Amino acid sequence: MPDNPIIEVSDLTKVYLLGSVKVPALRGVSFEAEAGEFVAVLGPSGSGKSTLFHILGGMLAPTAGSVRIADLDLAQLTDAERTDLRKTTIGFVFQRFNLLPTLSAEENIRIAQHIAGVMDEENAHLERVIRILGIAHRLRHKPYALSGGEQQRVAIARAIANKPRILLADEPTGNLDTENSLAVLDTLKELNAQLGQTVLMITHNPDAAAYCTNRILRMKDGRIV
Amino acid sequence: MVQRLVFRNLFHRPVRTGLTVLAVAVEVMMIVLMVGVSEGLLRESMRRTRGVGADILIRPEISSAAIGGADISGKLPDLLKERFPQITHAIGATLHTSGNLLTVTGVNWDELDAMSGGIVLFEGRAYEEPFEAVVDEVFARQEELSIGSTVELLNREFQVVGVSETGKMSRVFIPLETMADLQGWQDRYSQVYLKLADGSDTRAIIGELRSIMPDRNVVSVEDFLATFATSVRQMSSQFVNIIISIAVLIGFIVVMLAMYTAILERTREIGILKAIGASKGFIGSIVVRETLIVCVVGIVVGYGLSVLGQRAVAFTYPLVPVLLLPDWMVGAALLTLLGSVAGASYPAWKAASADPCDILSYE
Repeated sequence: MPDNPIIEVSDLTKVYLLGSVKVPALRGVSFEAEAGEFVAVLGPSGSGKSTLFHILGGMLAPTAGSVRIADLDLAQLTDAERTDLRKTTIGFVFQRFNLLPTLSAEENIRIAQHIAGVMDEENAHLERVIRILGIAHRLRHKPYALSGGEQQRVAIARAIANKPRILLADEPTGNLDTENSLAVLDTLKELNAQLGQTVLMITHNPDAAAYCTNRILRMKDGRIV
Repeated sequence: MVQRLVFRNLFHRPVRTGLTVLAVAVEVMMIVLMVGVSEGLLRESMRRTRGVGADILIRPEISSAAIGGADISGKLPDLLKERFPQITHAIGATLHTSGNLLTVTGVNWDELDAMSGGIVLFEGRAYEEPFEAVVDEVFARQEELSIGSTVELLNREFQVVGVSETGKMSRVFIPLETMADLQGWQDRYSQVYLKLADGSDTRAIIGELRSIMPDRNVVSVEDFLATFATSVRQMSSQFVNIIISIAVLIGFIVVMLAMYTAILERTREIGILKAIGASKGFIGSIVVRETLIVCVVGIVVGYGLSVLGQRAVAFTYPLVPVLLLPDWMVGAALLTLLGSVAGASYPAWKAASADPCDILSYE
């Protein structure tokens, strides 16, 4: 019997209430992603990509529909269980890198390990990730001393430091120039290939989507088209 | 790793952290010094009474000594010495408390010197003329008096002829007869001190004295001091408690504001931590740890400020002794910790409850 898809989204709906006005962000989104797959969700601004990202990460509750991540129904999980899911199963990469400004690059990575309770002996994995990302020489620097590309690579290292099965990347190249964008996309591709993590990348850039994924889900007005 | 994050957060805003530490330190100092002044004044007063060297104290039933008055017969000391062979010394003293709460004591210097086992005169001599005075070294320092200076007492000019050690009955002494003349207290005392021979049964003698002087308050000096201490502590406790409560409240508010500002400023970082799996407990514990570190540093600085404050008071107001009491230094630390953790609890709860999606949605 084949493994279930690692991400199963079924008829997902999200409606925001702005005062008394209902604003639909997702209108019946359904898709699946297999383990090890690199999927891009492509769409213009306002298409519902980020809402989907937050729901998949367990940070936002949908209005209707279901999301199963690694065979767990998010609707059935408590807040603490969803927090555990983010600690162990899902890694996040954000458009604005979101590194902690007071910590060095290495500390930004290690804080994620500390939160997940990862012991020092598992650092062989981290060393491999750092090697793939090419940031070994920048680990002692604070985020403000790193270029955008370097910050994003540190953020990627943090996201996968705990060997999550899924990497969610929200516009990972949105704040980068072309050269750094390509470097980050190459890194994501390489990590997907070498570590076998499922990558779901949200982007508005068709070139970025086409460059590194084997499947593109196009979104428009809260629907997959 | 968490400790590193906590320290980095604190050092990220050194002025805010420094001000919070200072507020906590001032809170500790206020508590330590307030209790220290209250207890210092009490113990100094008790030390002076003990310094007389007496075993028994005779006062009016409702003592007017504290506000100035004398209605004990001047013949009483000699009569008691004749009747009780155990009494080795019996002296009377008159007390006058002026508007600035300075108590001037009229006493026969030689008798007091003999009863107390000798009073050291650092400078000068005992009084011999009517308008001469002896002051203790602390009073002399506060009032910048030396031999030959004049000091106004009971609306008259007295010449300082001696500077004595402190801790013997009073800070300012004048001749008994001069006090009697100025106040109209001829042949009367405010209180009488009795010193017994070694091995005497103090309780039994007090019992006999009470039976022959039912209208007098006859107590052992130790009982008098115990009662005095209890009553002074009761009177001062309300005031001290109010000051302590205000200090703790100020610490509570400052810590709450500082931590609240900190978490408002770090909303994004909190969202990031939650996004990477930090639990509510983890986030809350960071706020509490920061508070505890600020608090511990503030307590240490507060101890330092207390020592400086003690020295400043001793320099500026020598008559106000400040005791740094170890048990109250611990008490001040515990009160400060409790107040600060209480102050941090709301910011910690707010940080822990923050919604990462709301925070990170503003991409």
